Formats: sequence, C-alpha cells, structure tokens
Amino acid sequence: MALFDLRLQEVHNQLNNKELSVAELVDASYARIKETEPAIQAFITLNEDNARAQALEMDKRLQEGGERGLLFGLPAGIKDNIVTEGLLTTCASQFLRNYNPIYSATSALKLKAADAVTIGKLNMDEFAMGGSNENSSYYPTRNPWNTEYVPGGSSGGSAASVAAGQVYFSLGSDTGGSIRQPAAYCGIVGLKPTYGLVSRFGLVAFASSLDQIGPLTKNVEDAAYVLQAIAGYDKNDSTSANVEIPDYTAALTGDVKGLRIGVPKEYLGAGIDPRVKEAVMNALKVYESLGATWEEVSLPHTEYAIAAYYLLASSEASSNLARFDGVRYGVRADNPDNLIDMYRKSRSQGFGPEVKRRIMLGTYALSSGYYDAYYLKAQKVRTLIKGDFDNVFKQYDLIIGPTAPTPAFRIGEQVGDPLTMYLNDICTIPVSLAGVPAISVPCGTADGLPIGLQIIGKAFDETTVLRAAHAFEAHTDHHKLRPQL
Amino acid sequence: MSITLKDVEHVANLARLALTDAEKAQFTDQLNAILKYAEKLNELDTDNVEPTTHVLPITNVLRDDECRESLPIEKVLLNAPDEEDGQIKVPAVLE
Amino acid sequence: MSVGSKYETVVGLEVHVELHTKSKIFCGCSTAFGAPPNTHTCPVCLGHPGVLPVLNRQAVEFAMKAAMALNCKIADVSKFDRKNYFYPDSPKAYQISQYDQPIGENGWIDIEVNGETKRIGITRLHLEEDAGKLTHVDGGYASLVDFNRVGTPLVEIVSEPDIRTPEEAKAYLEKLKAIMLYCEVSDVKMEEGSLRCDANISLRPWGQEKFGTRAELKNMNSFRSVQRGLEYEQMRQADILDAGGEVVQETRRYDDTVGKSFSMRGKEEAHDYRYFPDPDLVRLHISEEWKERVRASIPELPDARKARYTSEYGLPAYDAEVITSSKKLADFFEDSLNYTKDAKAVANWIMGDLLGYLNTNGLELSDVKITGQGLGEMIGLLENGTISGKIAKTVFKAMLESGKLPQQIVEEQGLVQISDEGALLAVVDSIIEKNPQSVEDFRAGKEKAIGFLVGQIMKETKGKANPALVNKLLLERLK
Repeated sequence: MALFDLRLQEVHNQLNNKELSVAELVDASYARIKETEPAIQAFITLNEDNARAQALEMDKRLQEGGERGLLFGLPAGIKDNIVTEGLLTTCASQFLRNYNPIYSATSALKLKAADAVTIGKLNMDEFAMGGSNENSSYYPTRNPWNTEYVPGGSSGGSAASVAAGQVYFSLGSDTGGSIRQPAAYCGIVGLKPTYGLVSRFGLVAFASSLDQIGPLTKNVEDAAYVLQAIAGYDKNDSTSANVEIPDYTAALTGDVKGLRIGVPKEYLGAGIDPRVKEAVMNALKVYESLGATWEEVSLPHTEYAIAAYYLLASSEASSNLARFDGVRYGVRADNPDNLIDMYRKSRSQGFGPEVKRRIMLGTYALSSGYYDAYYLKAQKVRTLIKGDFDNVFKQYDLIIGPTAPTPAFRIGEQVGDPLTMYLNDICTIPVSLAGVPAISVPCGTADGLPIGLQIIGKAFDETTVLRAAHAFEAHTDHHKLRPQL
Repeated sequence: MSITLKDVEHVANLARLALTDAEKAQFTDQLNAILKYAEKLNELDTDNVEPTTHVLPITNVLRDDECRESLPIEKVLLNAPDEEDGQIKVPAVLE
Repeated sequence: MSVGSKYETVVGLEVHVELHTKSKIFCGCSTAFGAPPNTHTCPVCLGHPGVLPVLNRQAVEFAMKAAMALNCKIADVSKFDRKNYFYPDSPKAYQISQYDQPIGENGWIDIEVNGETKRIGITRLHLEEDAGKLTHVDGGYASLVDFNRVGTPLVEIVSEPDIRTPEEAKAYLEKLKAIMLYCEVSDVKMEEGSLRCDANISLRPWGQEKFGTRAELKNMNSFRSVQRGLEYEQMRQADILDAGGEVVQETRRYDDTVGKSFSMRGKEEAHDYRYFPDPDLVRLHISEEWKERVRASIPELPDARKARYTSEYGLPAYDAEVITSSKKLADFFEDSLNYTKDAKAVANWIMGDLLGYLNTNGLELSDVKITGQGLGEMIGLLENGTISGKIAKTVFKAMLESGKLPQQIVEEQGLVQISDEGALLAVVDSIIEKNPQSVEDFRAGKEKAIGFLVGQIMKETKGKANPALVNKLLLERLK
C-alpha cells in the first residue's frame, strides 16, 4: 500500500501539486479495508458516507486554495473508546453496541479541526481492558504480520489498521501500555504522551488517573504531527496540563549527540525473550554510534508495578463503569423484575468476562475494610515507582528498554490465565504509573513478528523522546518493513 | 487474606452484577490468585510514603459560574432505552 | 407524653442546603428551578461515557462562606471523593462528594430555646452534587427520572449530637436557615427542596453517658415536620425501651400526613459506598488570602444584628430575635429606620401587621411591595397626626399591594385625618341630634353609650375623624 507509506509531507506535496486528491486517499483507505478487513477485523464501525462527503468538500477547498489543517486529508482511524458525535462508539462492548454519542471528544474535535478524515472506529479490548484484543466482544483483531497472532491491545485495532495500511494513522489510548504494546506487536510507532498533555474529555474512562490518548503512525515524524494536532490544555478536563506546546516536528533534528540514556536492568532481566533483548542491545549500539551514551540503571520498584497497577486501575474502573446501568443509554435487559434486577441483568449481559473480573477486583479493593490494604497501599507504591523514574531522570535524559518482553503471542494462547496476560505489561505499566511519556518504535523482528523499542522521557519532554526515536529511525530500516497481506 | 465464594457474592451485589455459579467459582479462584500476587506489595514499608492520586501537581482548577446552553431534549433522550413525557423511564425500586 | 421524665433525647441533624449558583457544580447547565424535565442537562450531568467534571468556583466560595458563618475551621487542603451507589437519579452511579477533607470542620451556632441560649456544634460542612428527581408512575411499578437537579451544588452540614429536644432541632434549623439567607448562598426554600434534613435520634436514661441506639429519620420536608417527626420518634423509642425492648439501628421514613415513621429496612441493604478520591478532580489548596477574601464578603450575621438591635435601638430581645430571623426582614427594618426614629413602632408594625399578613397568605417578604421607606414615612404621618391609627391600617394594606408611598395613598384616597374642630363639631352635633336615646343613656351613667356615638361619627367621616378630637368634642357637648 504505497500511498500510505508516504510521509505526511510527501502526501501534502502531492495534494498541493494536484497529483493526488483527498477523495483518492479516502478511496484508497476503504479499498484497502475491503481487501484486508476479513483477515484483520480492525474496525467496528465505518464512517464511509461522511468520510467521502468530507473528502469532496476538502478537495473543493484544495482547488480553491482555502485553509488547510495540519493533518489535511489524512485518513484516520479512531479507537472506539473515543466518543464521536453521531458515530457509534461501543468500546467494543455489547453494553454500548447501540450507543450513539451526543457529543464529541476533544481529541476527535481536534482531529477534525486539523482536517483529518475519520474513516471509522477501531476495535479494541472491551473498555480498553486487555492486551490482545481478544477481549473485544465483537471479534478479535488479528496481527497483520501473522493473522494467527494477536495485534496486542487494548488499542489492537488502532495498531493493526495502521500496520495493514487501512488508514494513514490512528488514535489509541494507553492506560498501562495500550498504545505502545500493540504498536510494538504490529511493527509501527505508538506514542503515549505525558499524562495531562492530551485531553481526556470524551475518552471513555477506564482508569482516570492513567488514561492518555496518543497517536499510532508508520513513522516518528507523523507521530509528531498528530501529537501536535491533539495536544494542549482543555478547560473541560481538570487534569489537563496548562503547558506551552512546543513545535514537535522542529525537534526532529537527528542529533542525539551527548544524550544520556539509562537502561533499566529490570526491563532486561528474567522473562525477557533473548531476541527482544538482542534487538534492544542492537538499538543501543545505534545510539552509541550516533554519539549518545548509555548505562545500566535500576528502577528498583518495577516488580511491584503490576500489582499496584491492577489494584488502582481496577478500582477506578469499577467506579467509572458503574454508569453503565441501563438507565440513560446502552443496553437494557428485557423484562426486569425490578430496578435492581434491571441493573444486574443489563450489566451482566453487557459486560464480558475480563470487564467483570476487573470490576469485581476493583469493587473488592475499595470495599469497606480493604481500602487501606489494597487501594491506599497501591497509591503509595505508585509514589515509590514514580520516585524511581525521578531518580533516574536526575542523571539521564531518557530511559530505553523493550516495549514488551516478547513479540506477539498466538491468539488464544493466554486466554484463561489473566495473571500471565497481565505480566506482558511489565515494561509499560511502570511508565504509566509515573505518568511520563514513552514511544514504541520498531527495532527488529523475531520469526517474522516485530519487536518494539521503548523510549521513555521526562514529563512533558516529548521533544527529546521524539528526537531520539526519529534519529534511531533515520539510521535503521526496521520501520520500513511491511507485513505481507 | 483470601476471598470466599460469599465475598464474591457480596462484591457482585455491590457491583450490581448477576454472576452464574460457574462465574462465581471462577472469579473466586482468579481474584484469589490476583490478590495473592498483590500481597507482594506488603514487602514494601510505605508507612511514611504519601499516596499518589495525581501524577501532576495541579491544584485549584475552577471554572467561572457561567451558564451555557443545555442539550435539546431530543439529544437527551436519543439513547434512552425507555422514556415517557420527556423523562427516562425505569422500573421501580423493589419494595 | 412524658418522654422527658425518663429518657434524655439525643439528636444530630444532617442538613443539605442547595447553593444558589447560576450554573451547576461541575458543568454549565442552569440550576434554575421549575424548567421542563431534562431541559437543563448536558452530557456531563447526564453522566455520558467520557465526560469529566470541572468545579464551579462560586460553589466553592459559597461553601466556604457558609462554613465560615457557621464558625467552622476552613481546610487548607480539600478534595473530592466518589461515593459509589446505584440509583436511577444518580447518573454516574457515584456522587461526587467530600469524604475526609471537607471544606469546613469544627464549627458551632447558638440557638435560643425558651429564652436560653445553647451552643450546637457543627461537625463538618462539605460540598457535593445533588441528585435528580424520581416521579413514580404506573401505580408504583415504574419511575420517571428528571435530571435537571443533578449537579446542583449542595452543602451538607452535619451537627454534633448536641440537640436534646425537637424544639431545639427546630430552632437549630431556623437559625441555620437564617444564616444561609444572611450569607446569600442559598434561597433555602424547603418546598423547592433547597433545604433538606435527616435526623439521627436516640434515647438514653438520664445520667447515662453512652448514647442509645439511634434511628435515622428521613423525609421530613418542613421545619414543623422535623419537629413532629422527632416527637413521634421520641415516643416510639420510649415505648420500646419502656417495654424492655431494644431500638433497632435503621433508617426510618417519616410520613407527615399520618404523623408516623416507618422502617425502610429491605430497601437499605448494608451500605458500602467505597469512597475514594475522584481522579477526575484535582485538590483544592485554600490559601489564607482566598479565605480572607471570602470572609470579607460575609455580612453581619443574625446574632450580631440581634445584639445591635437591642443595644442600639433598645428593642426587646424577643422583637430583635423575630426581626433578625430573616435577613430580608432585618434589612427591611433597617431601611425603615432611615425614615423614622421610632424603632419600636417599626418593630410593632413588622411583627404585627406585616408578618400577620405574610403568614395568613403564605407569602414571603419579597412577594409584597411595601418598602422600608413606606413604613418609615407612614409612622411619621401617624406621629404628626396626619393619619389615624385606623387609617394607617388602610394605608399599610395599600402599601403591601401597590408599594406606593403613604403620602400618595393618603392623597389619592383622601385619607387625611379630619382635625378641623369646626368641621368635626358639625358632625358631632348632628349625631347627637339623631341619637337621643344614646345621649340619655350616657347621661344616665351608661358610659358605654359614648362608644356607639364615636362609632357613628367615624362612620359618618369614613374613619377620617381624628379620634382624640372626636372624644374631646363629644364629651364637651354631652356635659
């Protein structure tokens, strides 16, 4: 799919030169979806009529030399937990299978303002709970590199659709690795911004203190452009940071000379696939060759991160998902005996097993008598984990390690063993708990499945993260590999 | 601490979930496994550690007391499973 | 009933007061009362997926103001927590409230019962959001939900268990209402639900330190029904204790129409609200400057005004208490005094004719048009003899309805008192001539007969005759 392999600047040049139209971009997107979707199943809802109408309007604007946004004409997929007015938003849940939003998320409005074209809504693990897309209540999205394998999750549809060339870029959300891990599994770029950089208004909350929206793209430069379009203070989100937004693409100088990189030994220890470790070590050699330095460092509380994360995220989720009660929207069970029966039946029919499991865990962790032992304890451990990062960042500019301990696994391989599944997130969860930014970029393959390199930065220092990722990409060819579909 | 079937039933009730017997049994096992794993946290002395609710040091986010348009009633009711006279209809609470 | 002889009653009240901000606490929908159902709603207050709350500054400042007026210590750091429970009137299935760091703590107010002042402790005042309204339909098998009220800012004011009688409870509520009105943070209309009260009540034998088992009483929707509900509950618990039984700790619903409380057991399963800090809202850091700015906006409160009215204007304590019970009334009183020096006369008119009229007609001061200037000037006209006391009543009524000044009313209706001796003498003579029997009776020693003659003269002059002059002239003629 050559068209979507072009860099953003190249697409815009072709549009400017009338070698390409927005309608052609949109056509290419839907044609590719038609061709590959039976194998990939990345989408839940398509927005074809609107997208085509929008393309015509934009081509007219192009002809007339009118204003053009930063992402003009680019076909975009949006994860189905980002609310889009008038376009079904299901969170891949049966509960919301008929939910027609009455407003739009800030990030969706920003994409629109930047003139991206929404192609459709992308599959995911139900309510973003999972790391394989097997928890979608509709169908699992498949990895374009090998459709027997998971694409990762929870933004699996977002990653697979970009990797398969169905859309130019996509938006995902990351709570404990949900952008980075599927980006790694699908061999693309995925950026989780600093908590508070991108508005959460309109992102269906999983764990409010961790959730962040971010871009999934084919290259680092495009990620910088998309981030530029969606970042920024939002008065509708009290946890949104009121910070100056830098010019992210201007930061992509290619120069990493003198950068100090810390490599956490905990991310390369037991449980890490040796092929993943080798790919990471090779990447570090690239940085060395570019004049950066690296040393082994320690994030000593890493081993506690998963436990703390699952308690915190599930607790918040148990409360966030309580609004799905069948009263105002979503699915209401038929013929309930009474109100409580309606709640129980609607929720039990509407939620899948992983969602129920986490609601149960979170409800238990917050319940009377257990709050201090679980929720409060986890919040305190979160402080220690954040402290690990603060300490390392006193001496280093970046932290680099793998995104996931292994490449993608086979569909069905880990179903029924939630704890093992949770352990896949060992390298991404601590970063989420610390709230700092991180990007996953392709750094190799193993048995034809991509491996992701995770580059972690200081809070709001996306520029350094992007600069380092971009420099790596410029001196390697991993990102140029494409799945054979 | 270990979770009993009765605990699972209590929690399911708080969460307004109706679980089948098989689900109850499965959740009892799985929650026990997860909570056993979470006991790991007790290895850490956190007596003098402040809890983190927010990673960012943001305080006092306030809006001015200004009204803006509310939604038209059609939008309010657009997704309503049941409605009557501009209101959402629900079964009565069990007496 | 003689509960008091055997048991001491212990009451603590939880009062919810709606703050009258323009917009809701976490979104920009209007808080105006009485709109068609669900027309003051948006994705945020309807709890749609993905929405986030943003705190209304005015709600915080009103809560601070109320807490300060209740002598609370204002928190340096405050936060919001989620109280999780399912109910159709609660769209998110959690209420944003404050758990362990409320805006204000450790306050008090003084109440007056039977001429004695008593201090009632305030445990805490916290800020939270109101729920929607349910209407039961289909013979009770279904409910309709109106979300207009969802998100109206509320303060919950929790008292210490310092209240000992239903009368004290009523006095506490009245004082609380007065303070809220003085601070202008709420319009405190119980019938619109802007003040709601739950009570915890228990009995213990006199002298026992430990509290008895308490019941929580709900659904009392007027101050009087609080008093009656507590009286009933007092009796119910005393009967149980007298019979050697044990009071059950439970929530009970008071039904004012039958004057009884009913157990709500069954509906109320063991509550476990699973409070935790709301991750969607950030902490409040309340600086000293902010506190001082809010404190400076608090007007003189009822107790201070009451003290001033007795010392400065020499009003009896009772009059001062009645007038200061409402800020509007007290403001009206003070406004009147810009036009007359006779504070006691103003007080008498307020407590007699004004409150009598309002109470009889179920009105508020703001529902009538009379102004302080009107009352003050009317008292002036009475003093200088322009109008009689009887005319004044007519003028007062006219002022209530039209809001015109007394001079204008007197002129328009020709109500000026007749104090012209010559003119009155003619009337006196004609009445004497027409009523020989009464004249004879009077002269025979029946002094009451003069009353009849005065009445006839007043009737003849349409009440405008100066009564003192009429008396004087009549006596002279009859001598």
